[in-house]
Amino acid sequence: MTFAGVGTFMTKEISLEHVWVEFGEFTAVQKANLNIAGGEFFSFLGPSGCGKTTLLRCISGFQEPTRGLVKIGGKDMKGVGPNKRPTALIFQNLALFPLRSVADNISFPLEVRGVDKKTRRKRADELLELIALPGQGDKKVSELSGGQKQRVAIARALAVEPDILLLDEPLSALDLKLRQHMRTELRAIQKQVGLTFIYITHDQGEALTMSDRIAVMNKGKIEQIGDGKTIYDHPSTSFVASFVGENNVLEGTVLTNDGKMMQIDAGLGTLFHVESHPAGGPALAPGDACQLFVRPEALKIAKSDNSLNQFETRFVTEEFEGNMRHIVLDAQGKKLKLSLINDGTHSIGASAPVKLDFAPALGIALKPGELASA
Amino acid sequence: MRDLFYDLVKRNGMAVSIYLMVAVSLWVFLLIILPQLTMLDYSFRFNLPPGKIGGPEDVYTLDQYRYFFQGSGSSGGLNTLDIGILFKTLMSAVFVTVFDLLICYPVAFVLAKSSTGAKARLLVLALIVPYWINEILRAFAFRILFGSTGVINEVGMGLGLFDSPVDFIREDVALYAGLAYAYILLMIFPLYNAIESLDRNQIEAAQDMGANWWQVHSKVVIPYAKPGIASGMTMVFMLTAGALAAPQILGGPSNLWFTQLVYQWFNSGGNWPRGSAYAMILLVVCIALVLLTMRIFKVSIGEIKR
Ligand SMILES: Nc1ncnc2c1ncn2[C@@H]1O[C@H](COP(=O)(O)OP(=O)(O)OP(=O)(O)O)[C@@H](O)[C@H]1O
Ligand SMILES: [Mg+2]
Repeated sequence: MTFAGVGTFMTKEISLEHVWVEFGEFTAVQKANLNIAGGEFFSFLGPSGCGKTTLLRCISGFQEPTRGLVKIGGKDMKGVGPNKRPTALIFQNLALFPLRSVADNISFPLEVRGVDKKTRRKRADELLELIALPGQGDKKVSELSGGQKQRVAIARALAVEPDILLLDEPLSALDLKLRQHMRTELRAIQKQVGLTFIYITHDQGEALTMSDRIAVMNKGKIEQIGDGKTIYDHPSTSFVASFVGENNVLEGTVLTNDGKMMQIDAGLGTLFHVESHPAGGPALAPGDACQLFVRPEALKIAKSDNSLNQFETRFVTEEFEGNMRHIVLDAQGKKLKLSLINDGTHSIGASAPVKLDFAPALGIALKPGELASA
Repeated sequence: MRDLFYDLVKRNGMAVSIYLMVAVSLWVFLLIILPQLTMLDYSFRFNLPPGKIGGPEDVYTLDQYRYFFQGSGSSGGLNTLDIGILFKTLMSAVFVTVFDLLICYPVAFVLAKSSTGAKARLLVLALIVPYWINEILRAFAFRILFGSTGVINEVGMGLGLFDSPVDFIREDVALYAGLAYAYILLMIFPLYNAIESLDRNQIEAAQDMGANWWQVHSKVVIPYAKPGIASGMTMVFMLTAGALAAPQILGGPSNLWFTQLVYQWFNSGGNWPRGSAYAMILLVVCIALVLLTMRIFKVSIGEIKR
């Protein structure tokens, strides 16, 4: 699929300045502050009801923020209706027009701009070519498969060359295989047209694979903004640490913090050494309560008896997932998960204690906060 | 028919199915087909005194229909009076129907798309309550409202809009208002149902792609609601063209509604065959007009029941 010659897409940056959205007493979005660069693939990730759609509706113009500014290309968008903004929104359920043919769906944005029929048809055919559905313009929308509808929705959104494409969980209705395929395809489209994409999802895999940057949201608040690696490796809040990827969490107390290393007592009979977290967030001082996060893949079965951060656990059960084995262990009443690549070598005795350890760089100590519910 | 019956049995059991079939058949046959057939039969007969019915003179004839076209004169001139009344009745019914559509569309749209469940139900109730009152009483209420000493004239004169009472009855304003009001619910509900099922996102998608409010309606909402519009318009048109109470009570003295002609032939004229023929003419012309309109706007009957 190539987009060369489909048009000239301007890329515009978007900034939200102290955006609040309130519905009566209820605050759907709290003080959202962010800049999205032109041409960026930016994702909002968060659990259901955290305000992602609301924020997207602010950008597309369906929702006026109660407070704060939405700027597109440096221009304040206050009072500019959705039909006047350089954004195109792809709805969660796609919202294709069932009574119109595929071509008439794609050329709808041209039709309302008074473009003549012949030009519209030509443009529709051009876009159909690009979404790999050539010659299918006369089909009814209901005759298309889920993935084809998806592509038609994208073509329709691109028809008038918007500056920003907004996508509200566009893949959630598709089955797993198709979803993975469409991820790659979406990313490819974005790369080729160089358009700014703002993508909403509650699927972290989707956000991590596709985005340049991700904003993780919870209860109307943006918890962290960063690229996938930063979000995953250096979460700045407990919510992000527990929501993105799987994580083991241990409650503990900070004993020392010299700015590089911290010592933490998590009640497991070992003083844990972890690197002081560099990714912002308030620094932890000795005496502070903290939550220590160690990812299942960061936990290792200890190779020697005196490694750093070593502690003892007991085997509880194992979940087999083909390429991975997820082993559940018990550390003084606390359930921990350990993920191992299935290379056929491991065997963990059901009765003997299992000694685990982890590298100081892979333990993340954060101020205690709300955890994402599993 | 057999399939339908088996399907019903499967879903509702034998007793209920038989009851349904019998009830529906009786309804259709006794209340619709039989009277209409009798009327049709009547319309092709002479108006004979009771003694001669079934006698040698009681034969089929087109005389009653001929009368509608040519009147009593055997010279072959057109019965312009009655044809004119039919034409005017149809035009007025079309006018009332379109007027109802224009009023109801925004109301139905707001009800369906802008108000929330509880509020919408309350509004619907508010719309229905006036219809608990008998149709004739409502017509009289309009007569009082539009009378020379009625509220509208009083207020109008009080505000200095006009200095002497306007004769709304003679001007047929009262008639049109009464007719438009009489069947307005039959327009609102099909429209409401049709629009209600439209996905809100479709409207927003259209806006997002640059459609202004007029385009949203003309390109998205109205095409989608077309079956509802057709069904509402058909009902209002048929009932308005066939209305009797409102024209009797609210109609100006010089203006006859076609149903009043029918009524006269049946009642004071004592000529049932002619009344039947006139009723048949009205029925056939109305159906033809409806079918023609649906043809023009490409609505099929199958769609309407949606
Ligand atoms: N018009 C509204 N009036 C009142 N509350 C609203 C309105 N729109 C959204 N909300 C509330 O705002 C919160 C955020 O809604 P939003 O649709 O933005 O969630 P979301 O993050 O998109 O969730 P999901 O992943 O389930 O789509 C929800 O609690 C919702 O109930
Ligand atoms: Mg949402």
